[in-house]
Amino acid sequence: MDILYKIFLDPFVQMVTAPDLLVQTLWEGMVGGVLYALIALGFVLIFKASGVFNFAQGIMVVFAALTLVGLYNAGISAFLALGLTVAVMFALAFAVERVVLRPLINQSDIILFMATFGLTYFLIGFGQFVFGGDPKVMITEQLYLPKGTVTYKALGGIISLQKLDIAAAIIASAMVAGLAVFFSKTRIGRALRAVADSHEAALSVGISLEQIWVIVWFAAGLVALVTGIMWGARSDVSFALDVIALKALPVLILGGLTSIPGAIVGGLIIGVGEKLWEFYWGPLIGGGTDSWFAFVLALVFLLFRPQGLFGERIIERV
Amino acid sequence: MLYREAGQFKISYATDQAIFPILQDRIGIIIILVIAFVGIPLIGNDFLTNAVMTPFLIFSLAAIGLNLLTGYTGLLSLGTGAFMGVGAYACYKLTTIFPNVNIIIWVIASGFFSAAVGVAFGLPSLRIKGFYLAIATLAAQFFLEWCFIRIPWLYNYNVSAAIEVPQRELFGIIVTGPRASAETRYLIVLTIVVIMTWMASNIVHGRIGRMWMAVRDMDIAAELMGIRLLPTKLLAFAVSSFYCGVAGALLVFLWYGGAESTVFSINESFTVLFMIIIGGLGSLLGSFLGAALIYILPIILRFVPPQLGLPLHAATVEHLTFMITGALIVFFLIAEPAGLGRLWQIGKQKLRVWPFPY
Repeated sequence: MDILYKIFLDPFVQMVTAPDLLVQTLWEGMVGGVLYALIALGFVLIFKASGVFNFAQGIMVVFAALTLVGLYNAGISAFLALGLTVAVMFALAFAVERVVLRPLINQSDIILFMATFGLTYFLIGFGQFVFGGDPKVMITEQLYLPKGTVTYKALGGIISLQKLDIAAAIIASAMVAGLAVFFSKTRIGRALRAVADSHEAALSVGISLEQIWVIVWFAAGLVALVTGIMWGARSDVSFALDVIALKALPVLILGGLTSIPGAIVGGLIIGVGEKLWEFYWGPLIGGGTDSWFAFVLALVFLLFRPQGLFGERIIERV
Repeated sequence: MLYREAGQFKISYATDQAIFPILQDRIGIIIILVIAFVGIPLIGNDFLTNAVMTPFLIFSLAAIGLNLLTGYTGLLSLGTGAFMGVGAYACYKLTTIFPNVNIIIWVIASGFFSAAVGVAFGLPSLRIKGFYLAIATLAAQFFLEWCFIRIPWLYNYNVSAAIEVPQRELFGIIVTGPRASAETRYLIVLTIVVIMTWMASNIVHGRIGRMWMAVRDMDIAAELMGIRLLPTKLLAFAVSSFYCGVAGALLVFLWYGGAESTVFSINESFTVLFMIIIGGLGSLLGSFLGAALIYILPIILRFVPPQLGLPLHAATVEHLTFMITGALIVFFLIAEPAGLGRLWQIGKQKLRVWPFPY
């Protein structure tokens, strides 16, 4: 009885009696979720347009952040360094299309997936070779990102919000809105959606696949750069991000591999769910549960809805 | 000229179905086995047996395990590291609870524990496929890794939270623990790997293997032909996890001598996955070739710069190794997406008709 009480009643009693803690946990979950959502967004962009499951997205985040900090440390002013990093991400997109994707055109999914593994290894080695392997501090002040905390007295307690997190949420929403407009209103955006629907049909109306792939990888690179800045501002820039990048995978499952709103909603669900679970139920089974909670949630979810929340229905024909 | 099957007639179904139908192949495999069993221990180089061959063979075994699942049945799994861990921890618990039983029996038995866990996590495979399944197996990976840390019973409440391999003897020879000689451990690993490879070869060439391949090629069509999907897929998970579990037990008991949960991290799963994709999906030979490339290549790369007299920093060499490994993965995928096993097939065909082009 005691254990049942602890599982089913106690956490909810805590939530009601200390609403400030609940709100604080929810907020932290939201912020974590925005990061997951941003990484997942990069995955979705590339998967939609080229059908490539880009495992390197997490490393692209680190690589972008490292390049930015590395260039700044080399004595270039912050905004010039930002511009140069954008150029580097474009060069990366171009090189990936030329060297990796084009020779592997028409190969099966798993081969392309594997190729992005190779890319991951290469970027890890290259990033460390050029910029060194030690963790670096993100240049938040030079980019005019706000610092400090805002505290509210509410709900019978104190809720403190990092200004940086608020900025991250705003920038992320702005970027998603920008991408949505880009996808639905511009010529290139419509070409991207055409490619996502069908490669052959897109080719037949004169859309260049190569060009689209470069653009899409570049867009994913930009998303990676923003993610890298946000994430680097919260902790140091280092290659320890791998694990967080893997967390983007259950987000993808939850949202569906092909849906941009799915990536956002999935990210928030995973982020909030993970924090709530760890805070209220984690101590019952020894803590540290946030390493697997997201994956188990995704697994359970998949059993009921294999295509994810917003994914296209999987129809199989023989 | 050397490699030609002229005059070797197949006069029965048995010879037609043989795994090595050509005499030269049979001679070749015997030579390789003789070198492995007699030649390498005779050289007696501890570095060769302990640091190169033993881990290479263990990783090959894990690669075969994953290849049975991913290459033959078409179910992508990223939980290999955790299944290896289940084998290792099961073996540790068994041998500390029953210290007098032959350690080899426990190594094999630990595979069954791994198989049971594999089946449990393989259950969703009926409903979800492809990348979705791969991510679902990540749940197994992270959940089991968490168990290895948070359940102290698994490592006998050690303060270090690590498993220490106790000393065990086999017919009076020390086989595990720090005092066992490198050759003994190598020979035991080699024997187990050879036997299990032979078993795997028989499985994939028989009825079960054909069922797996039918499911891989198109599961709906396979179902219509009367193959029951759930038992077939779960069997693949069980056999694959069995191989991975034995490989994990060997890894800790006959190579590392002790391990923490970090040994069985997600990186281990990825390493084994690289091996089978580079080696060739659905090829037992490919499992060995892939393991050789992914495991032995970094070792060689580490030794090249000092040989050339380049004064490179250890960290720099590490970074370059990463870069070169990544570039080589992409290169091999472009050169032959079907893997090294396929390259060997093509080479063999070329040898047969040499000096003519076809």
